[in-house]
This record gives sequence, C-alpha cells and structure tokens, in this order.
Amino acid sequence: MTLLEIRALTVDFSGRPPVRAVDGVDLTVAARESVAIVGESGSGKSQLLHACTGLLAANGRALGSVRFEGVELLGDGDKAAAVRGCGIGFVFQDASGSLTPHRRIGDQLAEIAAAAHGMTREAARAESRRMLERVHLPDAPRRLGQYPHELSGGMRQRVAIALALMARPRLLFADEPTTALDVTVQAEILALLAELCRDLGMALLLVTHDLGVVAALADRIAVMYAGRIVETSSAADFFAGPKHSYSAGLLAAVPTLAGLP
Amino acid sequence: MSLLELCGVSVRYRLAGRGGYLAAVDGVDFALGAHEMLGLVGESGCGKTTLGRAILRLVPLAAGELRWRGQRIDTLDARAFRPLRRELQCVFQDPNACLDPRMTILESVAEPLRSLDRNAPAADRTSRAQERLDEVGIARDLAARYPHQLSGGQLQRAVIARALVVDPQFVVCDEPVSALDVTVQEQIVSLLERIRGERGLASLFISHNLAVVARLCERVMVMYRGRIVEVGGRGAITTAPLHPYTRELLDAVPGVDAGARARLSRRIACPRPAVSDAVPEAGCAFANRCPHVVARCRVERPSLQPAADTRLVACHRASEWPGGLPPLVAG
Amino acid sequence: MSRGLWSDAFRQLRGDRAAMTGLVVLSVLVIAAAAGPLLVDYREDEIDWENMAVPPFTADGHWLGTDRLGRDLLVRTLHGLRVSLAIALAATLVSLVIGVAWGAVAGYLRGRADALMMRFVDVMYALPQVFFVIILTVVFGRGPLTLLVAIGAFGWLTMARIVRGQALALREREFVEAAVVGGAGTLRIVARHIVPNLLGPVVVYATLTVPQVILIESFLSFLGIGIQEPLASLGNLIADGAAEMETAPWMLAVPAGCLVLLVFCFNFLGDGLRDALDPRDRR
Repeated sequence: MTLLEIRALTVDFSGRPPVRAVDGVDLTVAARESVAIVGESGSGKSQLLHACTGLLAANGRALGSVRFEGVELLGDGDKAAAVRGCGIGFVFQDASGSLTPHRRIGDQLAEIAAAAHGMTREAARAESRRMLERVHLPDAPRRLGQYPHELSGGMRQRVAIALALMARPRLLFADEPTTALDVTVQAEILALLAELCRDLGMALLLVTHDLGVVAALADRIAVMYAGRIVETSSAADFFAGPKHSYSAGLLAAVPTLAGLP
Repeated sequence: MSLLELCGVSVRYRLAGRGGYLAAVDGVDFALGAHEMLGLVGESGCGKTTLGRAILRLVPLAAGELRWRGQRIDTLDARAFRPLRRELQCVFQDPNACLDPRMTILESVAEPLRSLDRNAPAADRTSRAQERLDEVGIARDLAARYPHQLSGGQLQRAVIARALVVDPQFVVCDEPVSALDVTVQEQIVSLLERIRGERGLASLFISHNLAVVARLCERVMVMYRGRIVEVGGRGAITTAPLHPYTRELLDAVPGVDAGARARLSRRIACPRPAVSDAVPEAGCAFANRCPHVVARCRVERPSLQPAADTRLVACHRASEWPGGLPPLVAG
Repeated sequence: MSRGLWSDAFRQLRGDRAAMTGLVVLSVLVIAAAAGPLLVDYREDEIDWENMAVPPFTADGHWLGTDRLGRDLLVRTLHGLRVSLAIALAATLVSLVIGVAWGAVAGYLRGRADALMMRFVDVMYALPQVFFVIILTVVFGRGPLTLLVAIGAFGWLTMARIVRGQALALREREFVEAAVVGGAGTLRIVARHIVPNLLGPVVVYATLTVPQVILIESFLSFLGIGIQEPLASLGNLIADGAAEMETAPWMLAVPAGCLVLLVFCFNFLGDGLRDALDPRDRR
C-alpha cells in the first residue's frame, strides 16, 4: 500500500533571479519501506522535504501533488497540518530544531501524548518515560525533569526521535538525522532508527548527503541532482553498480578504508 | 632531527561558573619529520583542533614544550615568533569563515606576503599570489571576486593557495574537507596529495574522518579527550588496532556497500550498554566507555608505550591482543 | 565583474523609497545651503529698513519674509543651514575617527588595555556635557570652533562603545585568526580586517549622529552658548523665532521646519543604510 505519493512536485523561489529548486519530482513510499533521497548541496533535496512538511520559506511556491494516505499535503493549511501531526513524524538534523530550550523534556513529550491521544497527565508522563526507554536513553526517569541543554548531542537526538514517535506516526521524515553527530554516536542513532522502523512498522523518508547513512537504512534509493531525480533503485542494486554517471561518481568519491597500502 | 617536536604539551581552558579547568590537550608528545604527513584523528571535543592551534601559537600552552628545528618556540614572545610564521602555516576548516569578506580572493592570498616578506614589492606579491592560485586551479577572473561569489570547493582551494604563498615547511590542515560535499572533498584531497607530492611539505592533517586521514597520511595518531591513545602506520591502525577507542572508531565508520544493513542488524541485536560520557577523575580517560576495562584502568593512567613495529599505544591491556582487536560486531 | 559588498548595498538602498527620498531632499538642502545664497538678492546680515518683520511672499524679493531687523529670512536660514551642517559633519567626522580607532583597538586587544580604555569612556560618559561646554565657552570664548571641540569631545564616546562591541565579536572570526597565522601584527589586523568589517554599523550610526549633533548645536545656540549673532545657525534662528512666535510666526516656522526636514532626512537615510548593510541579508 502506498503511504506517500509525490507527483510532479516543483518548488520555485521568487527573487532576483528566480530559482527552481525542485523540478518535477515523482516518488512513492510504501508502508514499512525506507526510502533515501541522496544529493549534495544545491540538489534540492532539503527543499523537497520542506515542501512536504509545509516548512517552505515565504518566497517559495510548491506545485504538484504530495498525498499521504490519500490526503493532499500541499496547499490546504488545516487539513494538512492535522495529518502531519498524527501520521507523520519529523526528525531534523539539529535536535534544537524540535526541542524547545526552555521547557523540560518530560513536559514536551507529555504535551504531544495528551494532544494526540487525549491522555491524562499521569498516563502521558508514563508514556513519555516508556518512549525514552524505547530510544535507549540512559536513566530515563531523571531525563524527564531535565532541560535539553543538559544533554549531549547524541542524547538530544534520541529525545528528538522520541518526540517524533509520541504521536505513533506511520511515516517518519528525517532530514540529515546524524550529520551533526560524532561518528560513534552516528552509528548508535542509525541502529536506533533501523530498530524502531522495524519494530513499530514505520516507513521512513530520509534525506541525506551521506551515503554511509543511506547504506545503513535504505531499502530504496533516489539520487537527486539539480532539482531532479536522476536515478531510483533498490539499495542492493545501487551499491552493486549505479547506472547513472552522477550516482557512480558520488559512490566513487566516498573515502573508504579499503585498499590501503 | 625532527622538524616539529611536542613534549608534554597541555592546553587548559578555565571553566566559567563551576571553576577549575578543562584540559583540552593533556600531556601530548610526538615528533614530526621533514616531508612527513601525520594524521590526527578523533571526534569532536577531543582536542585535536586545540592542538593544531597550540602548535601555531594561537592559544597559550599550560605546560610542555614546543620545538621547531630543535629550538623552543613556546617561550618566544609574539614579535620574535612572527618571522617563524613563514614556515608554519594553516589550512582552516570553514572556507566561508576564514577569508575576509571585504577582500578579493587575490588580495587575501597575497596578504601573508605583506607581513612575512616585507622586502617583496607589491607587483611581486601579486604575481606570486597569482602563481599559487594557478597551482591550485583557480582561474584569474575568479581571483578578482569576493568570497561570497565562490563555491565552497573554490574557496578551499584559495585557502590552500594562501597557506602556500609564503613557501612554508609545515602546514596544519584542520579539517580542510569536512565542510565540503563528498565529490568536492575528493577533488580537494587529490589536490592536497598532488601538492604534497610536488613540494614535499610536512603536514599535520586533522580530521574526524578516519578514511580520509588514512588515505593521505602514512602515520596516524588517534586522540581521545585530550590524550593521544594510539600511533601507528595507516595500514596497521586500520586493520589491527590496538586501542579499544581506535577499534570503536573503525567499527563506527559506515561502509557504503550492500553489507552495511546486515552489519547494522547485528549491531542492533547485540546492543552496547549505554555508557556515560563523563571523563573519570583518575586513570584512563576511556575507562567509562571501554568494553575491556579492568580495575587498574580506573586508577592508573596509561602512558604511550611502544608496541610492535613503530607503534605506540596507551592501554594497560594492549599486550593481550598483539594482532589487534577484532570488531565488536562481527562482519 | 567583481561585485563588491558596497555596490550590493547601494543596489538595495536604491529600492528603499524612504531612504532615497531622504537622500534626494538632503542633496537639495545641501546644494541650497552651498549655492542658495548666491541666488538671493540679499546678504545675510543686510538690513532692509523698509521691510522689517514682513511675512513671506509680501515684500519684493523677500520670499520667506524678514526678521525684526529686516534681514532676509531665506538667506539667513540658508546660512544657518550651512553652519549647522558644517559643524554637524565636522563633529561627526571627529567622533568617527576617534571613536572608531578607540573602540577597535580596545575591542581587539581585550584584557587590561580594553578595561582601561573603556573605563575612561565610562568616566567621560558620567560627566555632564552641557557643564563642560559652558566651561569651555567661558575659557575659550564662544564660536564655532569651541562648539566643535565641545561636541566632538563627547560625541565619540557612544561610537567607541558600539565599535568596541563589534570589534570584540570580529576578533573571534576565523579570518582574523587566519591573519594572525599569516604574520599580521595588531595594527595591521585592526586596520585591514577589523575596521573595514565594522564600517556597516559605523556608517549607519554616523548618519544617525549627524541629526543628534545638529540638535545639540541648535540647543546650545538657543541657550546662547553656541553660535552668536550676527552669524546665523539654525539654533539661534529658532531662538529668535521663539521670542517672536506670537507676532511673527514665520520667523520660527522657517528655521524650525528646516531643522525638522533635515533630521527626518538623516534618519530615513540612516535606517535605509542599516537595512542595506545588514550582513545577514547577504547571499
């Protein structure tokens, strides 16, 4: 069953000169499937995600269609926002994007539980603690009373993921979820994301420039260049041998530990 | 005789509020020979950038000695040190930030010559800057533009040209490719390889990316929380690491191959215990995170000891795995 | 084809209608102040016995009327404008030079030098400016030069504070570190890297200082401490006009209106420059 269907999505920015960041993109994400959009800076991948999540800048216009479980996400404010709230979760590059700095972590999590599922305060607090344990945050009960700045980068990202999961989404949008983290922490967070998607039956739409992240998480890969998708294939096929020359160049450019003297 | 020598170098920052100090660099020793490219790898906060800045005398030393060609340079005052800056240069991390936005590329590249080669006339300075820009592949018309008009890769080339314009003997490369796209990274790494081959520069190459470091540098140092924990040839370090932190770094490098997902599944299946990030008061800095920790590790700080070949490792138990540590998760 | 940052700023400024209007009106006023008196038949201190205190547009040649001594108000206002502008620009220039140098050096050096330099500024700030002006006037006599010194002596203080704040931030930027590695000394770094990069806020503050200085000068002249008769400044013209407010309102309206217009122009221009030079809008 197709969870997310993007058709002929185009994103234009007005200005001098006007810029077309995304140029007629088609993409689908099936239930429980992990799809990665890979591209370098300027490829338009972030703008693609912003259009889907309603976070485009004021001078941006999105045309085309983005449907989540049949509901159109572009355009109509309220309906789209409701859908985004319950069906889709977001994980950003910098956890500071999702976490309010002046509120305690427990309060932020409980607020979503109450809003999404109509829970009482006690139930919401219990659910928050359960979710923090789910994301393997050490010492979960204590963390509920802490503020975001008291945690390290990796722990904050775990909290951000917990926040995204509170509303039990069926689809997770992740924008460079590990780029700001150290490589050892990155590995942990990737493992966490893979585990959660598997156990909770979530689909994942991941946007990144890092092929290592793609290799770890993706079932299917879409390569983006200059606003267009130049290649789509399964992960196995991609790493065996990409067909498009840009994809091949991208793969070849990644520094590896193999073949050292 | 080594070109650059560090003995017991420490750099400390005062902690606001709580008082006390943070040892960003904690008793580092190493020596660098002429024409040698030495890699320094570690994660954020390990002190590698601070170490690079200490060598360039951008931050003061709290302890230890810094020697250049056998002469102590940490005790020189700023004025006496300045002529030596001609020999020690730097390629910085963020090309968007390290070029003055109000100067053209050509002006920025020629700038060090004004201070470090005062006898050269202006025309001479300009032509030498032009030559360096040609060497790194920046066209003449680009050189007349301002930084905000160039791409990240072009800017980094200009930064490299600026480091080379005074004909230094030694260059600190502080994460020179981390802020760039992967295809551009590849170009800059190739450029650095080529320059190094042509000029025989000595260099300290600092990065958090082990794969990039291993490609460029014959010898690699691994740093953790201000301390050097392992030193060795790139092949040995990457195939048979002796320190548990080096092993952890290697395990964490995500491979870009079809087997990556399988490895990740195995990693999920045997999760590492969540460990605290705090640095212990005494003993080994890695003790709280180490899967091989014993009682001695928490009490006695390990020093860098020679191991097989020309390797050095700071671990009490290193002799127990002479063939290197196997990966924690098989695959 | 090198588009400098100043040309970028000018392009953006051209689009700002309020700022451009201010610039145009200001240019007109400056030209009028410089060349205007040549076009009017009367000299500034020339007394017209037959047309004392006449309203505008009534007597021949006196387009804006005359004052109670029969001097042409238009010419006197233009002269006043000239004097006020000259003092304002000169005083602002002095403030700029001293303030920028003081603040840039203090901010770059930090530590004890900075503390000493800024404590000096704090002490100066605490002194009552008008009091000192009066003392200076008593000691050195009244006149434009004394006024210039008095205003200039205090005008650089705020500029120094602003510049110091900017310099403190700038010295942490990576390109300043790169300059240190490139062997540049303190003077070179301050002159070549720090000052050019803080000119944006400095220019903006300077355009907003000019009207402040004009108002101070007007106030002092109004009090009788600044420019003295028969030399005209907007301040003493307003003083005269205020005395005759009920019988000859144009004597107040003309110079006051001129002053208001001048201050508006500089403020609009300053706002526009601040928006145009804002580095956050770059790229």
